[in-house]
Amino acid sequence: MDKYRINHLKELEAESIFVIREVAAQFENPVMLFSGGKDSIVMFHLARKAFWPAKVPFPLMHIDTGHNFPETIEYRDRVMEETGTKCIVALVQDSIDEGKVVEEKGFNASRNKLQTVTLLDAIENNKFDAAMGGGRRDEEKARAKERFFSHRDEFGQWDPKNQRPELWNLFNGRKNMGEHFRVFPISNWTEMDVWQYIYMEEIELPSLYFTHKREVFNRDGVWMANEPCMQLKDTEKLEMKDVRCRTIGDVTCTGLTLSTANTIEDIILEVAATRTTERGGRADDKRSESAMEDRKREGYF
Amino acid sequence: MSGKESGYLDMELLRFTTAGSVDDGKSTLIGRLLYDSKAIFEDQMEAIERVSERSGHEDVNLALLTDGLKSEREQGITIDVAYRYFATPKRKFIIADTPGHIQYTRNMVTGASTANVALILVDARHGVLEQTLRHAFIASLLQIPHVIFCINKMDLVDYNQETFEKIKADIDAVSSKLSVKDIRFVPISALKGDNVVDRSESMDWYDGPTLMYLLENIHISSDINHDDFRFPVQYVVRPQSADWPDYRGYAGRIASGAVQLGDEVSVLPSGFTSKVKSIDMMEESLEVGFAPQSVSITLEDDIDISRGDMLVKSNNGSKPTSSQDIDVMVCWFNERKLVPRGKYVIRHTSAEARAMVTEVSYKMNINTLEKNEEDKEIGMNDIARIKVRTTKPLFFDSYSRNRNTGSLILVDEATNETVAAGMII
Repeated sequence: MDKYRINHLKELEAESIFVIREVAAQFENPVMLFSGGKDSIVMFHLARKAFWPAKVPFPLMHIDTGHNFPETIEYRDRVMEETGTKCIVALVQDSIDEGKVVEEKGFNASRNKLQTVTLLDAIENNKFDAAMGGGRRDEEKARAKERFFSHRDEFGQWDPKNQRPELWNLFNGRKNMGEHFRVFPISNWTEMDVWQYIYMEEIELPSLYFTHKREVFNRDGVWMANEPCMQLKDTEKLEMKDVRCRTIGDVTCTGLTLSTANTIEDIILEVAATRTTERGGRADDKRSESAMEDRKREGYF
Repeated sequence: MSGKESGYLDMELLRFTTAGSVDDGKSTLIGRLLYDSKAIFEDQMEAIERVSERSGHEDVNLALLTDGLKSEREQGITIDVAYRYFATPKRKFIIADTPGHIQYTRNMVTGASTANVALILVDARHGVLEQTLRHAFIASLLQIPHVIFCINKMDLVDYNQETFEKIKADIDAVSSKLSVKDIRFVPISALKGDNVVDRSESMDWYDGPTLMYLLENIHISSDINHDDFRFPVQYVVRPQSADWPDYRGYAGRIASGAVQLGDEVSVLPSGFTSKVKSIDMMEESLEVGFAPQSVSITLEDDIDISRGDMLVKSNNGSKPTSSQDIDVMVCWFNERKLVPRGKYVIRHTSAEARAMVTEVSYKMNINTLEKNEEDKEIGMNDIARIKVRTTKPLFFDSYSRNRNTGSLILVDEATNETVAAGMII
């Protein structure tokens, strides 16, 4: 029966497309979160496949911290225009101006935590009943127990001890008014799967993922980009380096990798040889042993 | 690895579940698989070392890799299904790591529902326990095609062959009560690494494969039902655009079997027939579609088809059963007990119906595999055979024939929670 065999990427693709279609079928007003990072780019690619030749039947939404790499924004705007997709942009700056959150102070200040409030407000204001995100279970320990369909109460909170069992491919998206679901279509993908799939499908990525010369400085062993939102300590000095992003988040919490990889093949080889996880460069996870779980309980993605 | 024709893009996906209790060394085994296959990265290792030190472990505790949530790390037990990933050049593996204690039967059932292989750990010092049988029964109930008994902690019984053979014989004696197609036994020490990835140097008497060899080579492509074409319609794609004014695609995941261009198909429940015009995956058009692909199928004729309907082949091959009365083995998941004559929502393939529990036939004692026809109170973690009547016919196969069209869940209308998993008999 080997003629009916598909490789691991095709099987993951089939599973994710199934989940995305299930969201479109079970919910009235879903949204797909888009950060301009590789995971959300792959998720959006899967959504386009799921509904082809029709357009993706839900909008995308970007929670914009205002601390993005300019390349991310350029990519986002271009792809949305090319595919004729609507992308809602929710600004963390608005939440700050409205006094709903207070900006962190100091050298390690980040808007990463603040975006949870912006996200929950945007979900409520737009009356979204399901928000799809590109989270993967292999990223972090707390994510390993996340469901595909993750129920959130009316405050947007996650209760990891009281999750709905998820069996076979039967997803239960029933909920009360005011509650919503977070859905993770690429739960079962690893970092390597994502890169191999990008390679297989020839998906275009923001230039940040490939090597480029950039003004950087070293903070606690991690290379950070010199962008307007960054504040240097006296001991930190700027240098030009060949770097690339292994993961794209905010400028304030995205460590850059010294690398000369300029093709997807190079990146796959680099990922295969690498000795740290991709979130190893993410300052937001290092705050404590359960940093991710604590943020997720509050409604972070 | 360069080039799309390379072997690395041609890996197979294998899902397995691990059952065992805190003391069986299950987390250590998973840690060992991840560690020896180099899926543990340096920063994760450092984090574990930090925590091991803080909680007073002498050696680095590999089990900490698999305990995800804060409360679990504090209690040192796994309370929920956690998913782990690793890959070798041959296969990508998804582990559903489930706790083994009786009160977590529901988690074990959840992890088992999608598994090709179950690993059941047996402590070589204690031999076959009640819980070993329970795990084997759940694997059998969920029709996991391959079960590997890992006789663990062989280092603590001096790698003694008789100990291993005795346990093997004890399991063989009860396996006739189970319906597992393929049962294997491997003597291992997860702690020392014997026969996990590398062959043991302390057990010359064992000439079978290592655990990793089995995981990499066990034949799984015929685990799926390739005979009966079943296509539950999940979503109807209608672009109604200038380029595609008349496109009407029935989107879904092929649950079993295969379909070719030109095949005559029937639509359930309407009974209308038509021919397959195209099988689409974006711009790519397929000649043949087969499980478990997600595709969009167009037909020659305009027929009214919506979510919850099912396409099957018109000629030869068995048809699914269409009925409103269904016999089901259920595993109960909720603190709210099963209410006799109670009403629930059933989700089955892409269909949804309301249902009433008309009878509890018996409760299963999952430690002795005996039927209890007296006590019919069904609560959390109980396994029972029940009858339900649905408001409309469902199209199903028996679970033993087809895991996708033979499975269902019950949802409590009052709480919206998934209260039971069901396997159609």
